[in-house]
Amino acid sequence: MMDYLTLPWDVLGIGAFWLILMAFLVALPCSQVGSFLILRRMALTGDAISHSVFPGVVVAFYFTGDLASPWLIVGAGLAGLISTVLIELIHKRTRVKQDAAIGISFTSLFALGVVLLETMLGKNVDLDLECVLHGRLGLLLEDETLPLLGQMVPQPIIVMTGVSLVTIVLMALFYRVLLLSSFDTGLAASYGYRPALIHYGMMFAVSFIVVAAFQAVGAILVIALLILPGAAAYLCSHRLKTMLALAALHCLLSAVGGLYIHVWFDTNMAASVVVCGAVLLLLAWLLGPVDGLLWKWFKDEPEHPDNETGDKIVTHSACSH
Amino acid sequence: MLDVLIPSSGAGKAILAAILLGAGCGLLGCFVVLRRVALMGDAISHAVLPGVVAGLIYSPDRSPIFIFLCAAAAGLVGAGLVRALMATTRLKSDAALGIILASFFALGIVWQSRNQQETVGVMNFLFGNVGSIDSSDLRMMMMTTSLLCVMVFFLKRPLLVVSFDEGFARGLGYPVKILNGVFYFMLTFSVVVALQAVGVVLVSAILITPAAAAYLLTDRFEKMLLLSMGFGIFAGIVGGVISAGISQIPTGPVITLAASAIFGVVYFVAPRHGVLAKLLRTSKRRRIVMRENTLKAIYQIQEAEGFAYEDVSVIMLAQKRRQTEEAVRKRCASLLKHGLVEFSEDGISLHLTSPGWKRAMELVRNHRLWELYLTNEADYAEDHVHDDAEKIEHILGPNMVRQLEQELDFPELDPHGKPIPQPQLAMQGLEPFSTP
Repeated sequence: MMDYLTLPWDVLGIGAFWLILMAFLVALPCSQVGSFLILRRMALTGDAISHSVFPGVVVAFYFTGDLASPWLIVGAGLAGLISTVLIELIHKRTRVKQDAAIGISFTSLFALGVVLLETMLGKNVDLDLECVLHGRLGLLLEDETLPLLGQMVPQPIIVMTGVSLVTIVLMALFYRVLLLSSFDTGLAASYGYRPALIHYGMMFAVSFIVVAAFQAVGAILVIALLILPGAAAYLCSHRLKTMLALAALHCLLSAVGGLYIHVWFDTNMAASVVVCGAVLLLLAWLLGPVDGLLWKWFKDEPEHPDNETGDKIVTHSACSH
Repeated sequence: MLDVLIPSSGAGKAILAAILLGAGCGLLGCFVVLRRVALMGDAISHAVLPGVVAGLIYSPDRSPIFIFLCAAAAGLVGAGLVRALMATTRLKSDAALGIILASFFALGIVWQSRNQQETVGVMNFLFGNVGSIDSSDLRMMMMTTSLLCVMVFFLKRPLLVVSFDEGFARGLGYPVKILNGVFYFMLTFSVVVALQAVGVVLVSAILITPAAAAYLLTDRFEKMLLLSMGFGIFAGIVGGVISAGISQIPTGPVITLAASAIFGVVYFVAPRHGVLAKLLRTSKRRRIVMRENTLKAIYQIQEAEGFAYEDVSVIMLAQKRRQTEEAVRKRCASLLKHGLVEFSEDGISLHLTSPGWKRAMELVRNHRLWELYLTNEADYAEDHVHDDAEKIEHILGPNMVRQLEQELDFPELDPHGKPIPQPQLAMQGLEPFSTP
């Protein structure tokens, strides 16, 4: 039994610590913006952005030729904003609804990215589709290291520490604005917080974080990091501050659990972290203090009384016609 | 029997596959767009991954039917869990879809990374490769597409009713739960079929974009189905031909971009719901409102002078409207063009023609009637009614006016004490200027 618990440390040594730290640092900023996306019912806008940043990355990479260049983040941020603007243009100006607008704009941009990748860059670059899917988290230990505080620290960890710090500082600065505008846009607007500005600022932040996490976990698993921690925390708490703290805890637990799955079963590290996060969410769904199914069964009351009566009313009125 | 239809060349197969897909997904996409579950397709397409991996691992001869069934099962479980999450928690549809999409996808990748030998073909499913489609795949696509067409043909009406209003459908006695089940079943099937050709991410495009374009073009459901199918097939052909010609580019993205281009064109030029048509309509409306406001101002100046003079000078009009003289002259020119005013010989003043009088009186009457209605019947304060009346005066039709007059018992004065003009009497020779 103890063998299993110490296995990662036996196999990877200090590397196990770096992997956990990296997974946590990637997930942390995602979880914090993701919590607000969930409250604002924009979880799928996060999904859309994580796909749409792709052409921006490709174009920026074409001009710089360097995967670590900060221009990649600028390109990605712009592409993310373009997708948000496209979504607004489609669903505000026509009768096509928001979900369809999201679907149209992110698929178009993603397809554009793939076509650009194939035509402009050819096949001989390491910005390949495999990386879109799997992420490079597992390759962390092969990256360059820099000496820091007497330790050889893998370079991506330093970058992600920066991203996490910036995100948390921004969150703390704009906490009140975000809180207010997420729950009551009208009230926020009356305080002088411009809704459009907040919306686009938030979308830019999401694009920025998505790009930072993009290389580590791939475009599709980023969605998981954005949504799972916030959703799990949402099922456990009614208070925003608690929710944010729980989301961070979720990141830490899934980083540790992900490493164990990765080592025990020899699986892809990034996906293992997400699977562990999904298991935690499942636990929150079953046992969570607020929305846990188990407590509801014990209490033996209808889960959503409004829903049920609502259904009945609809049925009656439909019959009476 | 179906083998006769299958072309022997690779390019022919690719194009046939793209056409079948376009047709099937185009049909189903209409329901998806109308039900506002556009991103359900996205969630299902990601959620099938564990199924695909299981199919690849456990089927010894990689039989497409087995893989297909495993994938469809995973997709259905995913769709079911989305509904369960939404029903039992406070999470909204967007979060539920995102959770299922990402968790299932990660599960698939974890499983796949453990069995990399057996699952080489999984990349074809993830990014789509029409080149990898062989005769047996095509046969299955034909079967599912025809099944889809038949089901949509027979279930069109009930499915449509359920899409718009579940409660109403229940009232009509339709088995709503079964219909929803059938719908999600068909959706999962067509997503799985489309996966091989266009890949996980772009399945949503072929499902949503043609249908959304068709939705902007027509208000009839049958037409929408046909148009959406047509757009889907067209995008499929374009994608198939281009990516067969340029081997570098994968099919999925080209099909997606073709569909997006169609949507882009429709977005601007659609006759009723297009952006350009809407812009034209609004600007026409705005011109009419500006013209009518000028007309009303002329009447009000005349009224203030007790209808003593026939002419109103352009300068006075500019003062009344608080606009520059040039702006007012432009409006007056537009009034002249419509035969509502005539300029005096020196051009510094103008007077209303007979149709101009009629319209001006109508506008003032509409305005004052509405003000009276708001104060008397809706208990508005007197000083709160003007802005509302300012808008509605341009829209009220003769029937509405008659109703208002009856409701208010043919009033003569508005709440501010000004007389409500009576165009129908005035036109019978009782104009203020009938006696010069």
